[in-house]
Amino acid sequence: MSYYECVFIARQELSTTQAEQLADQMAEILANNGGEVKMREYWGLKNLAYRIKKNRKGHYTMFNIDAPSDAVIEMERNMGLSEDVLRHLTIRMDELPEGPSIMMQAKSDRGDRGDRGDRGDRGRRPDRDRPPRVDRDDQADGPRAERATEAKPDDAPKAEPDAS
Amino acid sequence: MSTLSISRPAVRRPFMRRRKSCQFAGKSAPQIDYKDIKLLQRFISERGKIVPSRITAVSAKKQRLLSKAIKRARFMALIPYLLA
Repeated sequence: MSYYECVFIARQELSTTQAEQLADQMAEILANNGGEVKMREYWGLKNLAYRIKKNRKGHYTMFNIDAPSDAVIEMERNMGLSEDVLRHLTIRMDELPEGPSIMMQAKSDRGDRGDRGDRGDRGRRPDRDRPPRVDRDDQADGPRAERATEAKPDDAPKAEPDAS
Repeated sequence: MSTLSISRPAVRRPFMRRRKSCQFAGKSAPQIDYKDIKLLQRFISERGKIVPSRITAVSAKKQRLLSKAIKRARFMALIPYLLA
């Protein structure tokens, strides 16, 4: 059967156990229709990058599914109907990756740095290709001053040989 | 008559730096996945927009995969659509 990967976000009012039960329901729907959940991951209560239906946080759950298409369609229908599911995304995969997903690896090696609260991740690393951003004013006198001094020594030696 | 020494060649020469190689070529390249936020963040600007491949020197094929992954990550609220 074909492989799918489904991620869905449950609203923040749910407790962790309720989110797990919701995931159980979805897995059960798949099982009823002849599919099965190969691997299931719960990414925890994460901060959303933007508000979805007035929720700032959401319980993320991921499924690796091996199922016929109608089982997935049935699951998708139920997710659409359920009020607890804020958003869901199911993707067809060629083959299912083994081992934990990148989300879990990232979480396991750096340990959870604690909730960042409402601020969200403000510190974004500047692009590597672009030169570091300097304020307008010191940019004006900094490089231009150096260029000016650079230019003088170059011309000086050149001028002498011509004169001699 | 002193020869006019132009310190720098004519500016007409187009700004061609050495051709940067795509970092996704080869086996050891990281897989493009919409869940891998650290990787995706290297390809969006400070405002959250997708950086064009002429700047990040990504091959066209990988750039298409990248933009699809970024759009999926945005849909799943893993990365923001715009950063105020």
